[in-house]
Amino acid sequence: MATATKKKLVQWGPAEVKAALLEKYPPKVGRKRAKQIMINEALQNDTPELTANVRTIPGIITMRGCTYAGCKGVIMGPTRDIVNLVHGPIGCSFYAWLTRRNQTDPGPDGENYMNYCFSTDMQEQDIIFGGEKKLAQAIQEAYDLFHPKSIAVFATCPVGLIGDDIHTVSKNMKEKFGDCNVYAFSCEGYKGVSQSAGHHIANNQVFRHLVGQNDEVKPGKYKINLLGEYNIGGDGFEIDRIFKKCGITCISTFSGNSTYDQFASSHTAPWVKVNFIGAKATAKSLRKIAEYFGEKDLIDTVEKVIAEEMPEVEAALAEITPRTENKTVMMFVGGSRAHHYKELFDELKMKTISAGYEFGHEDDYEGRQVLPNIKLDADSRNIEELEVEADETRFKPRKSDKEMKALDKAGYKFKQYDGLAADMDKGTLIIDDLNQYEAEKLVELMKPDLFCAGIKEKYSIQKLGVPMKQLHSYDSGGPYAGFQGAINFYKEIDRLVNSKVWGFMKAPWQKNPQLSGSFNWE
Amino acid sequence: MLLRHTPTEITERTALTINPAKTCQPIGAMYAALGIHGCLPHSCLPHSHGSQGCCAYHRSALTRHYKEPVSASTSSFTEGASVFGGQANMLQAINNIFTVYNPEVIAIHTTCLSETIGDDLPQIKKKAAAEGKVPEGRYLISASTPSYAGSHVTGFSNMVKAMAGMAEPTGKKNGKVNIIPGWVEPSDMEEIKRITGMIGVKTILFPDTSGVLNGPLSGEYKMFPEGGTTVAELQSTGDSKGTLALGEWCSADAARELDKKHKVPCSILDMPFGLMATDRFIDALRTIAGVSIPDEIVNERGQLVDMISDMHQYLYGKKVALVGDPDQLIAMTEFLVSMDMKPIHIVTGTPGKKFEKRIKELTKDMGCKVNVKAQGDMFLLHQWIKNEPVDLIIGNTYCKYIARDEDIPYVRWGFPILDRQGHQYFPTVGYKGGLRLLEKILGVLLDRKDRDDSESKFELVL
Repeated sequence: MATATKKKLVQWGPAEVKAALLEKYPPKVGRKRAKQIMINEALQNDTPELTANVRTIPGIITMRGCTYAGCKGVIMGPTRDIVNLVHGPIGCSFYAWLTRRNQTDPGPDGENYMNYCFSTDMQEQDIIFGGEKKLAQAIQEAYDLFHPKSIAVFATCPVGLIGDDIHTVSKNMKEKFGDCNVYAFSCEGYKGVSQSAGHHIANNQVFRHLVGQNDEVKPGKYKINLLGEYNIGGDGFEIDRIFKKCGITCISTFSGNSTYDQFASSHTAPWVKVNFIGAKATAKSLRKIAEYFGEKDLIDTVEKVIAEEMPEVEAALAEITPRTENKTVMMFVGGSRAHHYKELFDELKMKTISAGYEFGHEDDYEGRQVLPNIKLDADSRNIEELEVEADETRFKPRKSDKEMKALDKAGYKFKQYDGLAADMDKGTLIIDDLNQYEAEKLVELMKPDLFCAGIKEKYSIQKLGVPMKQLHSYDSGGPYAGFQGAINFYKEIDRLVNSKVWGFMKAPWQKNPQLSGSFNWE
Repeated sequence: MLLRHTPTEITERTALTINPAKTCQPIGAMYAALGIHGCLPHSCLPHSHGSQGCCAYHRSALTRHYKEPVSASTSSFTEGASVFGGQANMLQAINNIFTVYNPEVIAIHTTCLSETIGDDLPQIKKKAAAEGKVPEGRYLISASTPSYAGSHVTGFSNMVKAMAGMAEPTGKKNGKVNIIPGWVEPSDMEEIKRITGMIGVKTILFPDTSGVLNGPLSGEYKMFPEGGTTVAELQSTGDSKGTLALGEWCSADAARELDKKHKVPCSILDMPFGLMATDRFIDALRTIAGVSIPDEIVNERGQLVDMISDMHQYLYGKKVALVGDPDQLIAMTEFLVSMDMKPIHIVTGTPGKKFEKRIKELTKDMGCKVNVKAQGDMFLLHQWIKNEPVDLIIGNTYCKYIARDEDIPYVRWGFPILDRQGHQYFPTVGYKGGLRLLEKILGVLLDRKDRDDSESKFELVL
């Protein structure tokens, strides 16, 4: 198998690397993978050039997880005051139990079920005779024990197959209790092609059952929602710190450090497309929020905060960059994560030579302009699309069309995303759904200084002598969001790429195996 | 408080499991299969692509525990497979696996999904062989591991039984003893080989994850590392003079299979944790091999007895809560009782009334009430602890939430251990392993004493 030594780099062109990745596959597999490996031209096409969000190939060791993982594990997992009850055999709930490093702050008396793992632990007789009664009883027992404000039910694979109607069971229990919102997610692992479908299913049900449940107007002058933040390693805490300093009120976070009530109230504030990974990205995002509200006091406060925060960031960069400059990195993670972390590596003057997503869609690679031209396949069609209409009484556009157009003209793209490809250098390799075999081959051929993916990939890469950083759950580190997070990240990357340990892989007698006569003791 | 909603009052639950003390079968099958040399555990996940999640979860959990690469593939079945069965995807997977990874063995296990739709693995294997999808000298083995029955321990046992199914007796005895170690650490498997080597018994140990899940960092990645039981060894198990199965839950089925099919006699022993279980293991080896036990082993035993007697004052009467898997808990309970400690709350998530009966026998002379439950959970264990506090908790990493809330000294032992290192490298089986367990137990008990003693009572010599 592959050996990565630090001898002279063999210069492989991207076309040669691509050919080498495909070489060993059976022809059919090779043809399919060829469409998911793109030599970047950084063009802004309307038609997707790269195939993404398609089925994983049977037998090929994939990095991907399932729909249940995306729904329960990722989206709903970080919400602390909902009892997340998994309907299925024990494993699914067990594996999603505290393994994603979502932090939360319930205070001394707040509700917090995140440290608990709830399951109906379906047995053979439940599979044969149906599990609805057991589910209803489990919901009752959870209610009797904890009296939570909300219980969420998650389906696992066999539930869909045997046809348990988890939605009706949930609805009946909700009506029975009166003071506890019970609802269910049909997030069976076999739906869709990856975790991504689970994110979608989770969001649909959050909007259907939670958003809009609380109309109470929360205090705060500049109120926003933050979507896609999971408080891994405390990212959300750092973003909250910055918001607080700026005078911005975060009504809800989907879903780091979140509560039921945050979701329920989230319709009282807007969203804009931002990114808090990277110090410059954070500054840019804060300015974008300030411009959206367009009030001078906020614009001034944001500038003041940036001016306060940046010197420490710049000092850290000045110290660390000489040790990271021109080092190379590869990133294969998430559905937009790889792109976000590229910002931090840019700040460290490191080169991203190959990147991709585990479960991204074409628009995550090539920008939202390709959205109308993405072909829906059977797997995507099976995932419900929620039709959202403006609520007659509660929909309040905060900006008129005219105002939005004026802002747009002034260069503020609040809902635009150009994708990863536009940000990657020409000739770099963009690879969707990278698998273990290709990862190993890439490292062997391109010898990066750092590789980023998830826990399953970590140790096979490190065995090759290349440091590996988990960007799903950050290994043990974080926060990496915001200004302080950026500094943490610079230090972490410095530690990884400059660790002495990579020099210890060979013993002296392996480095210099020749014997040069017997040694005379003096 | 981390587990702030756990009430002291215990109410009966019939449907809701909270904080499980088990996980599902396939992960056990995957761990067992990693103990075959050159093996790629193949997680057979029927239905649609999303169901690759099982394989992802099992690989992640094993990786977090062993801190080593865990390679396993999945069938990523299409939705059509749920209607028409998963055969086509399995055949495609077999072809891809042999082309791209070329393992010696593909060890296929099922999941709740393939079991629910009723895929017939033996038939699919036959078809793969008939269609020439299995190259010369390559093997497919399979185990049925429905997640809705038993636990991870059952899945382990089922895959080990499938390994025993590879036996091809030649009629000529090989002079070896089969040892089935059960789901123990790679370091434990290594230690069992060291012990049998010292005694001079030739063995076939299966599965054997030493050298697979405790490998070195050398700048080289081997998808199929040096370790593991070879196919030749597995085929030869039918020619062995006998089988020692360590642990009724993990290992007995495979041993009985070899006995039933190939008349290889077997003894079912407890896992050799602690003094007495190790005594019985060594004695069984002595009897089977007809050798006398070397002085080195006698000496190791004596060192363990010595340490127990030296530190007995800190162990005597201490109450312990235990959570883990049946075979480990039985041996640990006996060990604790043998040191005059009091294991009073004992929970496994794995079902089996035999477990409760065995624990009750082991603790019957302890002179106090013992709470024991099979198919129990850690929520119940925590409630028991709230009702009757203990001096020590022994269990997997999830116990740290109870240990912190209740401020109780705690030793990590079992699966999974996600937050401490060493278990892969330092065994807890055998007499040496007993010394390590004791060192860990004493360490936390005496750290607590040093923390809690007043300054006037604080002592230099303990």
